[in-house]
Amino acid sequence: MAALELDAVELPLRAFRLELTLAVSGTFALVGPSGAGKSSVLRCVSGLARPAGGRIGVGGESWFDAGHVNLPPERRRVGLVFQDYALFPHLTVRENVEFGGKARVEELLERFRIASLADARPGRLSGGERQRVALARALARDPQVLLLDEPLAALDAHTRTIVRAELQELLAALDLPVLLVTHDFEDAAALADTVGVLVDGRLRQLGAPSDLVAEPADAFVASFTGANVLHGVADGTRVHLPDGTVLAVAEPAHGEVALAVYPWDVTVGLEQPHDSALNVVRGPIRSLSAFGSRVRVAIGPVSAEITAESCERLGLSVGSPAFASFKATGTRVVAVAS
Amino acid sequence: MRWYAVCLAAVVVALAFLLLPVVAIFVHTSPSHLVDQLSNPVVRDAFVVSVKTSVLAQLLILIVGTPAAYLIATHRFPGRALVITLVELPLVLPPAVAGIALLAAFGRYGLIGTSIGFTQTAVTVAVAYVASPLYVRQAVAAFEATDPNLAAAARTLGAGPGRTFFRVVLPLARGGLAAGLALSFARGLGEFGATIMFAGSLQKVTQTLPLAIYAEFDQNFDATLAMSGVLIVISIVLLVGLRIGLGWQRSNSTQSSSLFGLSASS
Repeated sequence: MAALELDAVELPLRAFRLELTLAVSGTFALVGPSGAGKSSVLRCVSGLARPAGGRIGVGGESWFDAGHVNLPPERRRVGLVFQDYALFPHLTVRENVEFGGKARVEELLERFRIASLADARPGRLSGGERQRVALARALARDPQVLLLDEPLAALDAHTRTIVRAELQELLAALDLPVLLVTHDFEDAAALADTVGVLVDGRLRQLGAPSDLVAEPADAFVASFTGANVLHGVADGTRVHLPDGTVLAVAEPAHGEVALAVYPWDVTVGLEQPHDSALNVVRGPIRSLSAFGSRVRVAIGPVSAEITAESCERLGLSVGSPAFASFKATGTRVVAVAS
Repeated sequence: MRWYAVCLAAVVVALAFLLLPVVAIFVHTSPSHLVDQLSNPVVRDAFVVSVKTSVLAQLLILIVGTPAAYLIATHRFPGRALVITLVELPLVLPPAVAGIALLAAFGRYGLIGTSIGFTQTAVTVAVAYVASPLYVRQAVAAFEATDPNLAAAARTLGAGPGRTFFRVVLPLARGGLAAGLALSFARGLGEFGATIMFAGSLQKVTQTLPLAIYAEFDQNFDATLAMSGVLIVISIVLLVGLRIGLGWQRSNSTQSSSLFGLSASS
């Protein structure tokens, strides 16, 4: 499989300048907040936007090289799945897939379980079905690179979980470099083996999803990967929060710092805990939100993630006092986001 | 309730006011009399001239107007607003003035002297000049209403700009383009002022139905009624076609902007 290479690609956007160097083999997720320039990267790779500088290529072949190469989209073998799927409303499912290439239409219709919908028009399909048609159409082009723009954003919460699992399976089976963009770290972690965090047009951190969680480069990446981020002033292994709480950390630090505490490292109890956890926050429960079999419990400045079963056993309710405790080793000192 | 009754009465009055003259044309003389008039040579000749010049003029508008409208709709360039305004100029120009202007430009002693004045070509040119803005502005709206992502998707799927236009953009804009063409056709068929100035009113050559109605007015009133009847039937067919065309596009597109396109521009 030939890797997709982006070499010092530059693109001026409204508020900042996008600058990116990447080598994509396997599945790469570009994550970042809305407006970070993620979709622009896909537009540059597919040829729909023209970068101001740099080089984009696959294997040894250049698709774009500042000044002398700029292949139009139809001459780059690229499969782009749009966020809203961009299916042709006047063509049937089969005709949509055929538009990408006629060679493997039947096989793709079967593989994506849309053969029974072959004669339907996209207007009558569900979100999950539309996405399968869009993927089949992109693959019918026989691309060298697959690009996915927010592949799960157009779906409702229930469909999303199912489609995410389907997509995970599909991407694992594909022998293609895949570049996907999403604003959701959980989606990125589920689908990609490498994740790049893009903020204001620049890569903040690059690594396996587990690396980003284990060692977030700064407070932004930490909060993006789902951590509680607390700001305070460090004095050795003690960090003073503005509300007077003092937290213990494993590695000594000095001055203004941010602390990252992952919700699954936080324990919730009704009494002052007597265990190895050095950090305890006491307060009324601010909110309880359930998703799936897990519950988020917000106490003071931290939220904890516990199972629905524990939540029930403790009899937690909003407003009642509780203790959130977490170990100093689970309290990571990270740089304040620039 | 009383307010509702007042509104209802207003609707009835308005409908009666708009429809009565149209109905009057058909009941003024017996229908068989009207049909007889259709074999009157003046009526027949005018009908042939009208159809020939209208079809030619609309073809001209379609061939030049469609790519022009597509370019205007899909590109942002300096002076775009000015171009759109200029395209609509004939719409606000009094038709008689348009006729004089055409004569001044293309008449024998005009700016670009030609010999088309007072020929059938002059009728076609006058009709195209006056009717084209109705098609072009509608076509611009229709192209603007098609999702640019669909054209982008077609390009990434290997279609060049030409194939993208004919397989994706044109089918999606079809309803709006047909609506524009219907409006333009209706306007062209009724053309009077510019035609009489630039092409005159010569039976069999430049005398279209509206010109023949005027010429026959004080000689054969039944013939004018018959010709008016023909024009009314054509107008109704166009109006119904327009509704169907827009309805088609609305139900077949994931966007609902096509209807907005029409209301925004007409």
